[in-house]
Amino acid sequence: MHIDKLEKNWAGISLGIAGLFVTVILGSAFFHGIHAPSNVETIDSAKLHLSAEFAEDKLGVERNPNGSVTVRMVAGRYGFYPKDLTLPAETAITFRWVSLDVIHGVHMPMTNMSTMIVPGYVAQVSTVLHHAGDYPLLCNEYCGMGHAHMWSNIKVVSKAQWDALNTQGGANHG
Amino acid sequence: MDNVAEKKLALTHFWVAFGAFGLAAVMGLYQVIERSGFFGFLESREVYYASVSTHGVLMGFVLTTFFIMGFGYYVANTTLKLPVWNKTFAWTGFGVALTGVVLAALPLLLGQASVLFTFYPPLMAHPIFYIGATLLVVGSWFWCVSMIVMYMQWKKANPGQPVPLAMFATTANAILWLWTSAGVAVEVLFQLIPWALGWIDTIDAGLARTLFAWTLHPIVYFWLIPTYTAFYTLVPKQAGGFLFSDEMARAAFILLVVFSLPIGFHHLYMDPEQAHGWKILHAVGTFVVTLPTFITGFTVIASLEIAGRLNGGKGLFGWIAALPWNNPMVLAIILGLLMLIFGGFGGLVNASYAMNAMVHNTAWISGHFHLIFGGTTIIMYFGIAYYFWPILTGKPLFCPSMAIAQLWSWFIGMVIMTTPWHILGLLGQPRRIDSVNYNNLLTISWEPYEVTMIFGGLILVVSAGMLVYNLYKTHLGSESYQGEVEYAEPIHAVKDLPGYLNSFTLWNIVIGVFMLIAFGYPILQFFLMETFGSGRWGV
Repeated sequence: MHIDKLEKNWAGISLGIAGLFVTVILGSAFFHGIHAPSNVETIDSAKLHLSAEFAEDKLGVERNPNGSVTVRMVAGRYGFYPKDLTLPAETAITFRWVSLDVIHGVHMPMTNMSTMIVPGYVAQVSTVLHHAGDYPLLCNEYCGMGHAHMWSNIKVVSKAQWDALNTQGGANHG
Repeated sequence: MDNVAEKKLALTHFWVAFGAFGLAAVMGLYQVIERSGFFGFLESREVYYASVSTHGVLMGFVLTTFFIMGFGYYVANTTLKLPVWNKTFAWTGFGVALTGVVLAALPLLLGQASVLFTFYPPLMAHPIFYIGATLLVVGSWFWCVSMIVMYMQWKKANPGQPVPLAMFATTANAILWLWTSAGVAVEVLFQLIPWALGWIDTIDAGLARTLFAWTLHPIVYFWLIPTYTAFYTLVPKQAGGFLFSDEMARAAFILLVVFSLPIGFHHLYMDPEQAHGWKILHAVGTFVVTLPTFITGFTVIASLEIAGRLNGGKGLFGWIAALPWNNPMVLAIILGLLMLIFGGFGGLVNASYAMNAMVHNTAWISGHFHLIFGGTTIIMYFGIAYYFWPILTGKPLFCPSMAIAQLWSWFIGMVIMTTPWHILGLLGQPRRIDSVNYNNLLTISWEPYEVTMIFGGLILVVSAGMLVYNLYKTHLGSESYQGEVEYAEPIHAVKDLPGYLNSFTLWNIVIGVFMLIAFGYPILQFFLMETFGSGRWGV
């Protein structure tokens, strides 16, 4: 069997390149806490209205005692509910998403808030939003004829503003 | 060699492939115009999604499968110097696959299967769509059996001899496809069809996505292997040179088959039904499968350099100018490799566990696979078609200069269409939207790119027309042409080939173990935890 020396060298270089990429990815996954949503948690999508966590009056923003925020959202054709939210910047936010019908996907452009929302499962994403502004939430998985009409709004405000809004009430409903 | 029957078999498969291609290309132009929103009278989401679903099925499943089958039959016949085994069996496979296409086309064109070519449940299509798709796959299994039987026949008659490289690659692809299609076959047979027919009431969308992910990555290598086969075994000869290394080519094909299978979860990075550890395992495998592509890039470019220098090219880059740029197959590989560089870069972004969150399911993804599949993979299908048509029809190519113009226009059109598509993704545009309705300032930044894409689509559809017209006129030509496929010789003759580079027994065991590790528990988990299925949802 004949393998040219150049080819052996190139195979080594290729292995090095792939190894470098893998190291960077594993580094970011393990040491920077960058994680794709992967909580493997099941829920009966047909009975969300009866569930302890995702009944209509439980949706939206919840402040946790440690200062972090949990956001519970239902995706359904064609929107993400509640439709308008105001969230604080520079705060640890955990989104919990469920679908009441088919598969959806959601992302906030220019942020790393992105997940698939598969019926039967709760999709959990943890992130920090750094910049104040008006963001759309967009459905990014084809879910039927109204797919392009499936969106809602998130307003990100500074932490101080958000605290002020909260003491007046109404932050949940923008 | 009397191979009239083989020629007819291959040509018939090719015509189904390129017929589907021509139709799907026209749909593509309609889609890019419709979604721009500049032509109000065209707006119809029902027609749009029926069209997108049909376009995807025709390009992704029909063009590819029929092209691969036709190519495989002819490669087997000409490399092994054996008649195609049991032609009735081969034609039966063709008939089953074609019946499947016709059945699936009915609900697709009637808007009863607007579930796109990924058909994720619980969106439900008409049952005939799933049955048709199944028959297409079953028909392709006939081809897999034919390829494996012919490979065994030859090995038995030539013990210890290296299997000709093009046939080694084709057999690798047949084996790859059997492994690959198993995932979606289980999904369709045990989940989708019983559910669509009403035999079961609910379906686990998470399990369905997991099974689909089994198929979703290696299927692109099933499409790519004929392209790589041409890179290694046809192009060097057409360029006027030799293959740099036969052994490394075999190693690359084996790596492609083994490592493209256990890595499908990079399509599920953003999914909630699989845990981090499995995703990271598949992420690592995804980078391993870049190795055979790195090797291929080196070996085929080295082969081209040999050709360029034999043609009198001098200096560091002079050999590039000395290549026969007016040979369709050589031009196809040059343009294909250019698109592979950009598409491969995009693929590395997608494969990166964290960066993926920024591009997942955005327009970037559609741009990526149009560039790497519609670009790199398909342009070589064109190169092969221009080379095979005169051989299969016995008539000279109708217009060689039109072939060259067609390849350039395909490349230019693809660049003009996919570059804005990538940018739209980075600007947050979701994939698969038929119109822009978001009340947000962000969408204003999308408009110039939507306009640019239309020009790309126009060039591509003209290019597709030139291809089909040229092949059609060749077929109808009156002059005669005598020629047979010529395969490239390696610069070093292959001798003392170790068994593991000339047989798939070991590799099938390795694949089995890898698949058990990569998919065993991730599939089993759905039966160990309490899951909740979904009912039937229309579009």
